[in-house]
Amino acid sequence: MTDLKKRCNAAINRVGGSYLALAVLLAVCAVSNETFRSPGNLLNILRQCSYSGIISLGMTFVIVSGGIDLSVGSLFSFCGVVTAIALRALPPELSPITGFAVAIVVAALTGLAGGTANGLLVVAGRLPPFIATLGTLSIFRSVSLYLADSGTLMTENVLIEDFGGGAFLAIPAPVWVMLTIAAVFECILSLTRFGRYTLAVGASERVSLFAGIRAARIKLSSYVITGFCAGISSFLFLGRLGSISSSNAGSQYELDAIAAVIIGGASMSGGRGTLRGTLAGVLILGIVSNILDLWGINVSLQGMVKGLVIIISVLIQRKGKII
Amino acid sequence: MKKAIVMFSAALAAVFATVTPSVAQDLAGKKIGISIPSADHGWTGGVVFWANKAKKDLEAKHKGLKVLLSSAKDSADQVSNIENMMAQGVDALVVLPHEPAPLTPICRKIAKKGVKLVVVDRGLVESVQNLLVAGDNPGFGRVSAEQLAKAIDGKGKVVLMQGVLCQVNTDRVEAFKKALASYPEIELLEEGISNWSTEQGLKLMENYLQKHDHIDAVWAGDDDVLLGALKAYRESKRNDVKIMLGGGGSKAVIKKIIDKDPLVTQTVTYPPKMIYIAAEEAVAYVSGGDAATGTKVVPAEVIDITNAAENYFPDSAY
Repeated sequence: MTDLKKRCNAAINRVGGSYLALAVLLAVCAVSNETFRSPGNLLNILRQCSYSGIISLGMTFVIVSGGIDLSVGSLFSFCGVVTAIALRALPPELSPITGFAVAIVVAALTGLAGGTANGLLVVAGRLPPFIATLGTLSIFRSVSLYLADSGTLMTENVLIEDFGGGAFLAIPAPVWVMLTIAAVFECILSLTRFGRYTLAVGASERVSLFAGIRAARIKLSSYVITGFCAGISSFLFLGRLGSISSSNAGSQYELDAIAAVIIGGASMSGGRGTLRGTLAGVLILGIVSNILDLWGINVSLQGMVKGLVIIISVLIQRKGKII
Repeated sequence: MKKAIVMFSAALAAVFATVTPSVAQDLAGKKIGISIPSADHGWTGGVVFWANKAKKDLEAKHKGLKVLLSSAKDSADQVSNIENMMAQGVDALVVLPHEPAPLTPICRKIAKKGVKLVVVDRGLVESVQNLLVAGDNPGFGRVSAEQLAKAIDGKGKVVLMQGVLCQVNTDRVEAFKKALASYPEIELLEEGISNWSTEQGLKLMENYLQKHDHIDAVWAGDDDVLLGALKAYRESKRNDVKIMLGGGGSKAVIKKIIDKDPLVTQTVTYPPKMIYIAAEEAVAYVSGGDAATGTKVVPAEVIDITNAAENYFPDSAY
């Protein structure tokens, strides 16, 4: 019996606890619901979770380095609003391709700027990340509401909408973007010196300083990366809906992103975490949200089920042990 | 000479007394306050727009009148806002309460002090106000159900999308379901939750299109949600749905009605302009004119091709 337990635990360690939780969830959903199994539905899930998913990938760097970023949802909306305004300011005779290029650059730069602001508040301002980004959460949302008169801004660029709503080899565009970013970030975190330093800073900032690591630079970069992800995600979202709401776009994305990273096995206090884990966390949250609709769970209780899944999936993988 | 000056002054005073219109004289120094929830979705965004417009229009129309405007993210925040307005000495207050219960005590206190109180949209637990300018939430649900049933000839499969779970949503959904129940050949397939968000409307519709082979009608209940649901349906390239009905009267949806979208032929209004109407009533109170009392219901109206143009405000944020 103990032998079996040991073997199970070893297996979990190998594949990663988050993937075990994902497999269990997939099995339950696929068996219990016919619609869930259909390829169309599975593709929907991938697309539905990709927007907050891309942000979760950036968030992984922040959390692994010992920080937290609560402002991502607001920054997401802010990037979208700024991009939509930039698109409207372009002369109408410009080709859609110019608009497309402008949009992606503006969205990414706005995200980078927002992330840099967060990073500087934490590093140069020496504010606790929770406080710094709680402040910018409020600021980014408020400025987007002001810029958009609290309303929804439309884009009328066909190319952005074709891209945002499009698919390549049946896989929707935002999913490709998410998977590509995940692969690149995983290489950065696990193979480069920057990645190792990020983990070291998160594990112990003091020790990393003794080791000659410029912790400030590492921390600043993690917020910049997250801001960039928020910008890219916002661009894709703008294409998908052809519009951005200043009031509720990206609302609670910070909670989804943080939950995905933690479900993915990262430590809230830093020093541990992987991008492949986060990706599993993103998928788990996406599947839960989808199956609640398919099962037709009472709308008031959906939040409870989601909360339970988060808690259980972290319990399953705690220290890589089942019992 | 002295006499001439006195006479001239008297004449001048007389001219001023008669010429100076009532608009300026009695409103100088008067203040009204408007307290609203901050914009958390399209409709409240519309309220913010109309409240700002009321401030601008009323201050321009009535010289000397000051309109204080503040928005609150939750009930506690709103109570503080109202306390701050009281400290500034407002003569009348317009409140669109976040939630009735937590706002009732402060409103009772205000009414006792003799400040005229106009409550908008949601009534308080106790009717301490001078006037309630109310939208018709059950009416909104009922009219929506009737329009939907009419469009599918009283038979077929319907999905409905609930908004943010709160009293307003419950009133609408209950009335909708009650009205729909009188059509025995209509089957209600689903009631999911959209939180009045475009993104979630899109997601919900994608999931329902996977789950059900045939849907005749969709009640999104809100125009922002409708845009998301419409996107999902168009992408599915299916042609079973006969009508998709939103609600609220956003400019994007009214534009679709004007452009003769085959699925979006009408919407039911729950006009955010009611805050503007309420502010006008508050001004009537402070100017001592004839002011309405009791309840003034801003009814739920159907906007279709016949009246879409007159309800289209391209400048509005909503």
